[in-house]
Amino acid sequence: MMTTETLASSAVTGSRIEAGPRGAKPKTLTIARVGVYVFLILAALFFLMPLWVMVVTSLKAMPEIQLRNIFQWPQQITFEPWLKAWDTACTGRDCNGLKPGFLNSVKITVVGTAISIVIAALNGYALSFWKYKGANVLFGLLVFGAFVPYQVVIYPLIIGMREIGLFGTFPGIIIIHTIFGMPILTLLFRNFFAALPPELFKAARVDGAGFWQIFFQIMVPMAVPITIVAVILQVTGIWNDFLFGTVFAGRENMPMTVQLNNIVNTTTGVREYNVHMAATILTAAVPLAVYFISGKWFVRGIAAGAVKG
Amino acid sequence: MAQLATAKEGGAVIKAASSSGRKPFRLSTLMSIVGTTPMIATAVGVFVICIIYSFVLSFTNSRIFPAFAAENFVGTDQYARLWSTGRWLISVNNIWFFGLLSIVANMTAGYLLAVFMDQRIKAEDWFRSIFLYPFAMSLVITGLVWRWILDPNYGIQATVRGWGFTEFAFAPLVNSSTAIYGLVVAGIWNGVGVTMAIMLAGLRGVDSEIWKAAKIDGIPAWRTYLFIVLPMMRGAILTAFILQCVGVVRVYDLIVAMTQGGPGISTQMPAVFVIQHITDRSNVGLGMAAATMMLLPVIVLLGVQAFAQWRANQVKEKA
Repeated sequence: MMTTETLASSAVTGSRIEAGPRGAKPKTLTIARVGVYVFLILAALFFLMPLWVMVVTSLKAMPEIQLRNIFQWPQQITFEPWLKAWDTACTGRDCNGLKPGFLNSVKITVVGTAISIVIAALNGYALSFWKYKGANVLFGLLVFGAFVPYQVVIYPLIIGMREIGLFGTFPGIIIIHTIFGMPILTLLFRNFFAALPPELFKAARVDGAGFWQIFFQIMVPMAVPITIVAVILQVTGIWNDFLFGTVFAGRENMPMTVQLNNIVNTTTGVREYNVHMAATILTAAVPLAVYFISGKWFVRGIAAGAVKG
Repeated sequence: MAQLATAKEGGAVIKAASSSGRKPFRLSTLMSIVGTTPMIATAVGVFVICIIYSFVLSFTNSRIFPAFAAENFVGTDQYARLWSTGRWLISVNNIWFFGLLSIVANMTAGYLLAVFMDQRIKAEDWFRSIFLYPFAMSLVITGLVWRWILDPNYGIQATVRGWGFTEFAFAPLVNSSTAIYGLVVAGIWNGVGVTMAIMLAGLRGVDSEIWKAAKIDGIPAWRTYLFIVLPMMRGAILTAFILQCVGVVRVYDLIVAMTQGGPGISTQMPAVFVIQHITDRSNVGLGMAAATMMLLPVIVLLGVQAFAQWRANQVKEKA
């Protein structure tokens, strides 16, 4: 920093840092700028390549896949693999494709997201305005829980779920998603409510409103933006879950990710790579749609998720 | 808040029985406790009792079901066994190797991308979307796609050989000494966009005066990025780093989808080890010993962070 002062007078030395982001927008295309774009485009190609491979593979018939040109656009487009992946692909004994898994995932995601968000919003609200003795300790435990590897608590949860008869059931998997979504979602809502002007709460108290009244009439309407972030976080999180689905959902409620993995890893019969890739795209479709529709909100969700540190 | 509680609520006040000096217990407090029952149940039931339960089980010889009879307690036998089990030793080696390599590569690539994104480029939103979209997809999908791309018979290797380079070899997943690199590549593809987004936000948060000063000094942009701006982004770096650490310790889906721990047991990881032992291998005691070992680094990391925070507060108070 010292040199800054001393050298300030010795004038600008030239074009060396014209590519710096704070400078004036460069009008001419220097070699440096070309380099920037070349790098970014190469990086973009690396990120897009798997998507491209997935799509072209899923549109080829098996004989064309045997030609071993993974990047090439299909000479003859077929949607057969997509139909098969959705409708008749086999996972061991069952040959119903991905559609039962899709329906299960929709159910689990919708119910799981709704319940976990309601609970987390209540937690955040209570932690911001109605702290009781020990509330901070509970919150600390919850934040700690965000870092606990799932494997540490998964076996006791299996035993517990079995004891109350919910192991391998729909309510069981919902409870599991609610538990593991709670740390980060509670943090999200607590930070949001804590940042609201306290006068809002005090005025309602003076008017005689109680715990539930203030929550439903004042806080819920105000919490719409943070709820959107929470929904994005939970929908992608629950949809993409694999571990809890395998362990807790049971055969009847098997989510799409688990079914996808079963289809691809079924060892019997010929491996139909085109069907596998079609199934992969189908499973990725929902979170991808959420991502592209929500745009900036998605990034905000990640940033919010990241603050748990 | 106490002053604001009006007479209206007076009837609902349940006086603390013995000491008159204590705060009265109010209906609203009761409601707050009722409203947060799920949180109490989760915080205590899952993050305390379940952890203790797992810990206690690690001292038993439980097989499929938990066994708590006196004769089931075997002291630290499971830990001794764990640390002489080849599968576990490989898992521990792998997680360190995988973790270090992925975190270093992810942070480097993430910062590099962020710096290039920071060059007042056109179509920034497009690039951002492209770098970030893999993160929206699950690690199962990531694993399956990359397994296909790296397939020795049909993937990149076969394709490039088809172009005439018949000696070309690139199929890391089939070789037990290179399979882990395949996992690292897939993991980076999935997660580097997030690091980039966090780092970019950090870059944009740096005071623009710094840039002016550096420019006047004639310091080249790359040096400014590396030696001046980077050290100023401690918050962003720490956030990205912690996010990576949590992800690495939990890595399970990627392994299951991509290598299933193979070839052989060359890509075994602790998370996979635990699940295998509480399911197929039905050796809960050993599995719980492994789970306890997984918790250890987390506790150390959180402890260090808490200590650092305490120290920072201490310094602040003195000043």
